[in-house]
Amino acid sequence: MMDARAIDKGRIVGLLDELIERCEVFAPVMSDDVVLFDKIAWGSEARLDFGNSKRLPKEAFFPPSEVMFIYEGAQAEAPPSKGDRVLFGIRPCDARSFLLLDKVFNTPDYQDAYYVEKRERTCVVGIGCNRPLSTCFCTSVGGGPFNEEGIDVLLSDLGDRYLVQVISERGRRLLEGNGLLGEATESDLREGNRIAAEARERVTSMVETEGLRDRLMGMYDDPFWDALHQKCLGCGVCTYLCPTCHCFDVLDEGGEQRGRRVRIWDTCQSALFTLHASGHNPRPSGRERMRQRIMHKFRYFVDNCGEIACVGCGRCIRNCPVNMDLREVLSGIMER
Amino acid sequence: MPNPYLPNSAVIQRITDENEARDIKTFQVAFCDEKVGEAFRFTCGQFAELSLWGVGECPIGIASSPMDREYVQFTVKRTGLVTTALHNREEGSTVGIRGPYGNGFPVQMMEGSNVVIVAGGFAFTTLRSLTNYILHPDNRHRFGDLTVIYGARSPGELIYKYDLEDWARRDDIQLHATVDAGDEGWTGLVGYVPTILEQVAPSSQNAVAVVCGPPIMIRFSIPVLDKQGFPPSRILNSLEMRMKCGIGKCGRCNIGDKYVCKDGPVFTFEELQNLPKEY
Repeated sequence: MMDARAIDKGRIVGLLDELIERCEVFAPVMSDDVVLFDKIAWGSEARLDFGNSKRLPKEAFFPPSEVMFIYEGAQAEAPPSKGDRVLFGIRPCDARSFLLLDKVFNTPDYQDAYYVEKRERTCVVGIGCNRPLSTCFCTSVGGGPFNEEGIDVLLSDLGDRYLVQVISERGRRLLEGNGLLGEATESDLREGNRIAAEARERVTSMVETEGLRDRLMGMYDDPFWDALHQKCLGCGVCTYLCPTCHCFDVLDEGGEQRGRRVRIWDTCQSALFTLHASGHNPRPSGRERMRQRIMHKFRYFVDNCGEIACVGCGRCIRNCPVNMDLREVLSGIMER
Repeated sequence: MPNPYLPNSAVIQRITDENEARDIKTFQVAFCDEKVGEAFRFTCGQFAELSLWGVGECPIGIASSPMDREYVQFTVKRTGLVTTALHNREEGSTVGIRGPYGNGFPVQMMEGSNVVIVAGGFAFTTLRSLTNYILHPDNRHRFGDLTVIYGARSPGELIYKYDLEDWARRDDIQLHATVDAGDEGWTGLVGYVPTILEQVAPSSQNAVAVVCGPPIMIRFSIPVLDKQGFPPSRILNSLEMRMKCGIGKCGRCNIGDKYVCKDGPVFTFEELQNLPKEY
């Protein structure tokens, strides 16, 4: 039977403070009107009353910029590992994205020294979505508002308290001996199930993904792409705010004697991404770059990793300056 | 956890100017740590990431033969930031190297076959590695006839002239070096590579063709090979692409679901026919 506890909402700050004493805690905070995940010093900084963070919890494993190593003379040294961490209050779609990123950064023949190291010392505490947003379509791509994949401990908002479900051994260790948690009652569990079922009904955005990969197989030269990219500005926000995007650039900061090599996020929506030194560019216009983004997520990733590289979080839809809607793009493909 | 992004230090032992325009140089390097050099085992057609602190990295094909264990050579055209900085380096200075990366040429599959090498311009580098590998006394008997058709714009732009002279004197390699336009000192072939290829007309009987060069040269060489009877599965290409990580992770060098750095850079023409035309 699943290990289920409950905690009064008033005690969440205390729980976080207790965790902060033992490990680094990353939680949703409000910064310049943007909800993002950051390291907190006090439990009271955490915000759990948000739809979803604008910026991504994946930054905790794969930051927008990261020092790969510091060099001095002929010596180069990677930064040392630190202690245990908790990623607190993330949504199930984002938690599921970690499993997709694992398929890139933690495979039998490649363990990314930076990503895997952080992932291995991080406990993921998720929070179910009682009220999914109008742009959410997690249920169409294999997820759900109370999906447990990628989560060690799942919180469900029961109004005056949270149901706390321990999903994994790592989650059990995190909460072991914590005095702020009580046993969940039968009615807590029933209420949790009811809320989760209701939430699933509330995800009303549906996208047909059955057969999408096969449809894309024959669409490389389709005129569909000619029209699609016309209104796109190429800003790349759809990739920078995508929980499954993982492309990066590598560059040096510093001089010949001393400096650091840095890995930074990059985007397939930029012309520079593929520009050869010779001036040749295999993806010279928005047409090829938009096609690459869609093909990568819904065809190439399926072929290489067995799954669609989209968790239905809807960030690319909510944040696109020209209202490009991925759901419409996908239905457009299915209608070809 | 091993960290593949940490380069190994190597010393530039020798720099050779390869062409008249002096924008192509061969850098012969040796790893500072002998154990690292011993562990750096590669096959022809693979590449490595060259690093210059403060400038960055770039992927360069390995130009020396795997049989040369004392050093590794890279032939570099001055084009972007890293290659320009590298060209400004002097013998004795240090560079970073990580690799080898990529699949390389299927040399074991090619054993027992006649090999036809078709190369144009600066893209000759990894094919020069392959040629010298086949010509090595330990290997020569394992391959059939070796035909090399190599062209450049002008005599001064032919690289590896020292090798060309050496190969011209041997009877176990048929070398056809050609130039688009000759000069007063040039007594060799004049003509584009596909034209010379058509004249030489190498037999496709038990043969493998390896083609590297500018896209236009490849486009006109493929029909000639096709006419000679080379099936697409017996024509090998090595592709170039902008790369950063070199190990299939940074996401920019893909053609469809294949990463040129990891699944390539060597593909058969048959494989390329089944991939999107995005290169």
